[in-house]
This record gives sequence, C-alpha cells and structure tokens, in this order.
Amino acid sequence: MARYVLLIGFFVLLGVFALVLDRMGKGEYNPRDIPTEFIGKPAPQIHVPTLFDADKMVNTDKLRGQLWLLNIWGTWCPECWREHAFLNGLKKAGVPIVGLNWRDERSEAIAMLNQLGNPFIEIGFDPDSSVVMDWGVYGAPETFLIDAQGIVIAKHAGGLTPDIWQKKFAAYFEHAAGSEQSQ
Amino acid sequence: MKTLNSLLCVFLLSFSLVLQAKVESREFANAQMEEDYNTLVAELRCLVCQNQNLADSNAELAVDMRTKVYSMLNEGSSKTEIADFMVARYGDFVLYRPPVKSSTFMLWFGPFIFLLIGALIAIFYVRRQPISEQSMVDTQTQKRAHSLLDDD
Repeated sequence: MARYVLLIGFFVLLGVFALVLDRMGKGEYNPRDIPTEFIGKPAPQIHVPTLFDADKMVNTDKLRGQLWLLNIWGTWCPECWREHAFLNGLKKAGVPIVGLNWRDERSEAIAMLNQLGNPFIEIGFDPDSSVVMDWGVYGAPETFLIDAQGIVIAKHAGGLTPDIWQKKFAAYFEHAAGSEQSQ
Repeated sequence: MKTLNSLLCVFLLSFSLVLQAKVESREFANAQMEEDYNTLVAELRCLVCQNQNLADSNAELAVDMRTKVYSMLNEGSSKTEIADFMVARYGDFVLYRPPVKSSTFMLWFGPFIFLLIGALIAIFYVRRQPISEQSMVDTQTQKRAHSLLDDD
C-alpha cells in the first residue's frame, strides 16, 4: 500500500515538473519576471528633457483621452534593435508611442533613429534612470500601455512581436475602436 | 630592465584604475547617514542581477539606484521612506527581507513546512519498519558471547 502511495507521489511530482517545464518553454512562467506594481494605477510623470531638445521637457498631457504606449529603449540593447521595425509598424497603424531613451549618449540614440526610423511621437532622455526608477523598470525593452484616463493597464518586459501584441495589447485597441464607432 | 619597469608601471596603474571604477566615493554629512546608506544598499536587491544586493552589484541600474538612495538621504528622507519609495516602484521583491504577508507566506514558512513533512514521513517509515528476525541474535550466539565475556 505504502509503495503505491510512493509511486503515485512520484508521478504527481513528475507531472508538476513537466507542467512547469512546458510553461517555461512557452515563456509564460519566468521566475525572473518581476510583477509590476503599476497595473491599475495612474501612470507616473515623465519628468525629463526630450532627446532632440535638452531645453524642452517631455509632455504627455496631450495624450489624455486616448490609448498610448511608453517604450523604454537604448542603443545598447540588442532586443530594442530587433523590435524597432514592429514599433515602426505600430506608428503606421496610428498607435501613439512615447519613447524613453535609457542610459544612452544623445548622439548615438539619434543616429539609431536616423538609421531605423523614428516610431515615437515624443522621446524622453533618461541617462541616469530617474524615469526608469519611477516606472519600476529593470530592463529594456519594456512597454507600458496607458489608457485614456492616464491609468497603466498593461505591460510587457522584453521585445514586442506580433504574437505578444495580439496576446497582451491588441484587445484594448479593438475595444477602443469599437466604442468610437458606436458613438 | 627598462621594459620590465615600464611594464610593471602599466600593470600597477591599470590595477588602480580598476579599483577606482568599482567604488564610488560618497561623502556623508554624519556617521548616522553613512550607516543608513550602508544598511539600505545591503538590504535592497539589485533587479538586474537578482541574487545580489545593491551594494555588491556593478549593474548600471544598481549604480543609479545607489545614487538615488544617496541623494534621498541627503534630502533628509528616512530609511523607511527610501525603502517604501523602492517598494512602491519595484514591489516587495526589491527587499531582501520582505514583510510577512499572505503573498510572502510560502517564502517565509515554506521551508519549515517541507521540513515538517519530511520529518513526519521519516518517523512514519522508521516506526513501521518491522524488526527483522535475522538481525536477532539467536540464543546460541548469545551463550557464546556470555562465555567469552565471562572468561575475563
């Protein structure tokens, strides 16, 4: 009897192991992923000068009343180069993206945009992580979705791909488009 | 000899550069502030190298977080205020000693629960183990043992 209990216990543990392994393979369960504190909370201020003009401050007030994205990037981050084409595509589709250039040289950041195109409507320049810390960011790229009321409603740590966009962000935009049509 | 000397020079100079790059020199208004700073950077976790605290990490974000801790102390923030500032942004995860609450219950008590389960299983198996016949010393051997002992 006890032997059967042991055997059953072994298979239960094996099942748990396989399940976790499977989820890790799909990238769903990442033990290093830190849950964000900001979902459902008002978006923090982006209080830094812009990348192109050090005398001008970033202003996101004009984005009130619509969905927008905040994307944290840097020229030193390979995944940022990879996701850039997708961001360009979002811009074409009419999604407003605010960029936050993190721990970079101004000239290098501008050179990257000249080379790959500029998908951002506004870009903050954050060489010493002040905005990054305010948003609880710990790596790049990272993308936040902010709603019409200025509330953070979704986040993705890592590069954006069509798959991830469908899974995490697309629904909000479809919903917004639907409610506009009905008005 | 001359080449050796200059090589030695280069070696020693580069060594001092490495040391300088690692340690930020910070000046504190008083000893209390310095102590608070050292406690905070030891108890806050680096989010890039997650098994290091802020004090030990060379990650760039850790450097910026140390600078933030330092400037907040200079602005008169207390230790708790600074810890709260980081928790508001990075969650309990940023603390090496997270508070005991429902979401951290398993973190604090999980190991003891597993220890208890293990101990119960061990006791269960030890107790139900039948004393095997073979290990019993038969009467003949016992007699021999006695006679051997009595010889002395």
